[in-house]
Amino acid sequence: MRLPRQLEFLSLPDRFMAVSAWLAPTIGALAVLLLEFGLWFGFKVPPDYQQGATVLIMFIHVPAAWLSMFGYVCLAVSSFLSLVFRHALADAAAKACAPLGAGFTALALATGSLWGRPMWGAWWVWDARLTSVLVLLLFYLGYIALRASIEDENRAGRAAAILALVGAVNLPVVHWSVNWWNTLHQGSSVFRVGGPTLAAVYLIPLLLMALGYTAAFGALWLVRIRAELWRRKARTLSLQAANR
Amino acid sequence: MKGLNALIRRELSLAYGGGGGPLLALAFYASLVALLPLAAGRNPQMLGAVGPGVAWLGLALASLLSLERLFERDYEDGALDLLAMGPVPLEAVALAKAGAQFLAVNAPLAVAAPVASIALAAPASLIPMTILTGLLGGLAFAFVGGLGAALALGAKRGGLLVAVVVLPLFAPPVIFGAAALDAARNGSSPVTGLLLLAAYAAAAVGLTPIAMAAACRNALD
Repeated sequence: MRLPRQLEFLSLPDRFMAVSAWLAPTIGALAVLLLEFGLWFGFKVPPDYQQGATVLIMFIHVPAAWLSMFGYVCLAVSSFLSLVFRHALADAAAKACAPLGAGFTALALATGSLWGRPMWGAWWVWDARLTSVLVLLLFYLGYIALRASIEDENRAGRAAAILALVGAVNLPVVHWSVNWWNTLHQGSSVFRVGGPTLAAVYLIPLLLMALGYTAAFGALWLVRIRAELWRRKARTLSLQAANR
Repeated sequence: MKGLNALIRRELSLAYGGGGGPLLALAFYASLVALLPLAAGRNPQMLGAVGPGVAWLGLALASLLSLERLFERDYEDGALDLLAMGPVPLEAVALAKAGAQFLAVNAPLAVAAPVASIALAAPASLIPMTILTGLLGGLAFAFVGGLGAALALGAKRGGLLVAVVVLPLFAPPVIFGAAALDAARNGSSPVTGLLLLAAYAAAAVGLTPIAMAAACRNALD
């Protein structure tokens, strides 16, 4: 199958390299700006009436949790493109995406745990959301492990892409079933965070941080794809040199 | 059709004959169950609280054992190449393989599960539900596990890899089966959990052979 015309620029590694050479640093600079402003506004918010100063953790936790899911969507879309259109660049994108997504997922779990200790009195509770994010991290790790253990790169890429798509079909089921399991077991305390509605003072830094995280993800992803393409080029060149 | 029959017979005899067949999984299951009281204490109340859950989870773990060889054996000796060229589509081959795996490993485990469950201080009234969840869950474990085995074809350290790939996918069936067992023990209706487990198993039986065949083709070309 051929790629639709609008996406064709993705199929040309040279073109991608040219575009990403200036796009990656631009998005990276944007990320630094957004994160700086987000943190600055974040530190100025009044302490929450219930949570006190720990509400600040929200600004680094919630965007990480959001990106953990966004990362899997990117992984699944790249895997689909690489599987259906047999696309080297999409495969590189999927490979570059997985450790990033796993990193943001681990960050979400770690910051969540740090937030949980003062709020719930425990580092970890088997709440529905925590559990499904943990399973998401396991999905990422399974993908990375599968990809790393098959030596032939093309094969590894396609097997991992199949797994990523199976995971994408399964994640909503996991998410739903874990929620269902949690209501069965009657969650032990109230996990409503930040009160019923989020006031604007909290919303603005949160949005800035979310955009900053997303920009950071995009910049890092582009850099990683570039590195992967360079690695492949270097490999091809060294194989050619060895043949001569 | 004739080819499919021969294939099913072949897969069944391989699954029962090769490497101890169901006995290996059963022995693993028994050892796992025997270790629980050693770790958690023999207080019947404590055991009764976690016993049925551990007996259920043990089924998922024990079903992982022989998965590694499910496709790998045929891949190594070239039989998978022949099967791929043969008249039976690879999807049907995958279906037959995972089905044979279910009959040789998961079904005997499901029959053994009540013994383990009772040894772990579960009430005897839980026997039918334990077998039923074991059979339905076993279908899901065999087919999803088979997918993991097909994906790991040609990988280094295949066995551990299959477990890492497959165990997160077991989360929904484990939840549904545990909910059915829990409901049966508390005297409420286990139907919801059972239906969800059956739905997951049906989806696994229907969909994973397609992915297994794709994974095999990828490993072969």
